Amino acid sequence: MEFITFEFLVKTAIILLVFVITLGIAAYSTLAERKISAFLQDRIGPNRAGPFGLLQPLADAGKMFFKEEFIPETSSKFLFILGPSLAMLTAMMASAVIPFGDTLQFGDTVINIQPVEANIGILYIFGVVSLGVYGVMIGGWASNNKFSLLGAIRAASQNISYELAMGFSIIAILMMTGSLSLGDIASQQKGSFFGISWLPSGTNWNIFYQPLGFILFCTCSFAECNRTPFDLPECESELVGGYHTEYSSMKLGLYLFSEYVNMFVAGLVMSTLYFGGYNYPGVDFVAANFGQNIATFLGIGVLLGKALAFIFFFMWIRWTLPRFRYDQLMNLGWKSMIPLAILNVVFTGGFIMLKEMFFS
Amino acid sequence: MVQNLFYFLTFLTLLSALMVIFSKNPIHSVLYLILTFFTISGHYILLNAQFLAAVNIIVYAGAIMVLFLFVIMFLDLKKESEQHIPALAKVAGVIAGGMLLVIFVAAFKSMQTITPDEASFNSQIGLVTTLGKVLFKQYLLPFELASVLFLSAMVGAVMLGKKEEGERNTF
Repeated sequence: MEFITFEFLVKTAIILLVFVITLGIAAYSTLAERKISAFLQDRIGPNRAGPFGLLQPLADAGKMFFKEEFIPETSSKFLFILGPSLAMLTAMMASAVIPFGDTLQFGDTVINIQPVEANIGILYIFGVVSLGVYGVMIGGWASNNKFSLLGAIRAASQNISYELAMGFSIIAILMMTGSLSLGDIASQQKGSFFGISWLPSGTNWNIFYQPLGFILFCTCSFAECNRTPFDLPECESELVGGYHTEYSSMKLGLYLFSEYVNMFVAGLVMSTLYFGGYNYPGVDFVAANFGQNIATFLGIGVLLGKALAFIFFFMWIRWTLPRFRYDQLMNLGWKSMIPLAILNVVFTGGFIMLKEMFFS
Repeated sequence: MVQNLFYFLTFLTLLSALMVIFSKNPIHSVLYLILTFFTISGHYILLNAQFLAAVNIIVYAGAIMVLFLFVIMFLDLKKESEQHIPALAKVAGVIAGGMLLVIFVAAFKSMQTITPDEASFNSQIGLVTTLGKVLFKQYLLPFELASVLFLSAMVGAVMLGKKEEGERNTF
């Protein structure tokens, strides 16, 4: 058992912690969604289970587990069960390469708070995202229901269309940072705003260099998470329930829950790529005056805070905008997003070339 | 440990590749094919070719197989009806397969196993920086020519998918 080293145990602990935090935040996102929708519609929202309705997620989960487990007679049973499992699996996998914080130092041991240090981190995330559609597709097809199938097909075509624009907006970031590793991308944003030395450190965020790229990436992540205004796979006014029409009990719960996990992961990725990751204004000041470990713990909190802000943004959009029509969705994806994303790549390349010609 | 992992992965690869052929339901075939791509990516990771592994997943498992599933789901092949294959086609299939087998046997017989020179072997050769340098320095012209080929294929696909004059919008 030579592979069980100290580092192995630490990484296992970090992975478990990330797993628990992801599930916890996703669970409370369901409550937050209902509270925020209530706020936006001038209602009170759930407030019966526990103080301020804080036990509502537990009550929901209990309800889901005790409902009747129903599998349609004509469905293919194995795939019917595989669908929601895959949806949850792919949603949970993506957070493995996110750098949650800078290094912690205890005596001589330095701990890097990133579950898996992969030098292709961003490609890994992109791969996992592109697999996310299988859960929906397999579940929708296995239900043997026309509406489910239509929902599944919509999900597939939507995800493929928006993956392209997402990939192009990531390419612009890669050209700028010159690294596929999310850890590198996060640590490169540690400098001061545009490199001006008297401004506080930890503000050299990619959003200031890639505003268009961020807007494209954010829109695409809405589409990849199947959130309104892109939630056509489960468009209830046309498709009954979309791909999860035939699902009941916790299998339905897993589909709905994976959406919240996806949202959290999308928030983490967007914070890491564009909003400085675990960096915050004055990170060097804190590290110099209160110690590296305090700065790192603050950074973890800041990253989670940024992700939660993105989750709020997702919900805000959901309860504000109506959903697209399907041809509008496709036109937006292919005729606006992809050309804009390619333009962004070209401009980024041009700027990098000019910078190398005149400022180096 | 790595060797055992290799054998396990190879077993999975061969099993899922065989199941692609033997499954009656085309949807199951596609799903087994996706599993095959995953196990092949596992082999790439064992060879420390992380970039290749990730791109294999993104392009094949993530995009191309989604399109395969997409098309097959539309075809409604759930009835699993036994298709009638004419006898001539069966004979032709057997002959073609047998010839392929002969070629494979001949190729494997004359195959030499190459053992890498451990002194000059670079374990970082599969990483993306190395690959990029090779691709954009040593093989720049073939790379650019391949991109032109892809572009022409794309233009062709767009031309085929374009609406004909006077065709009704079917959205």
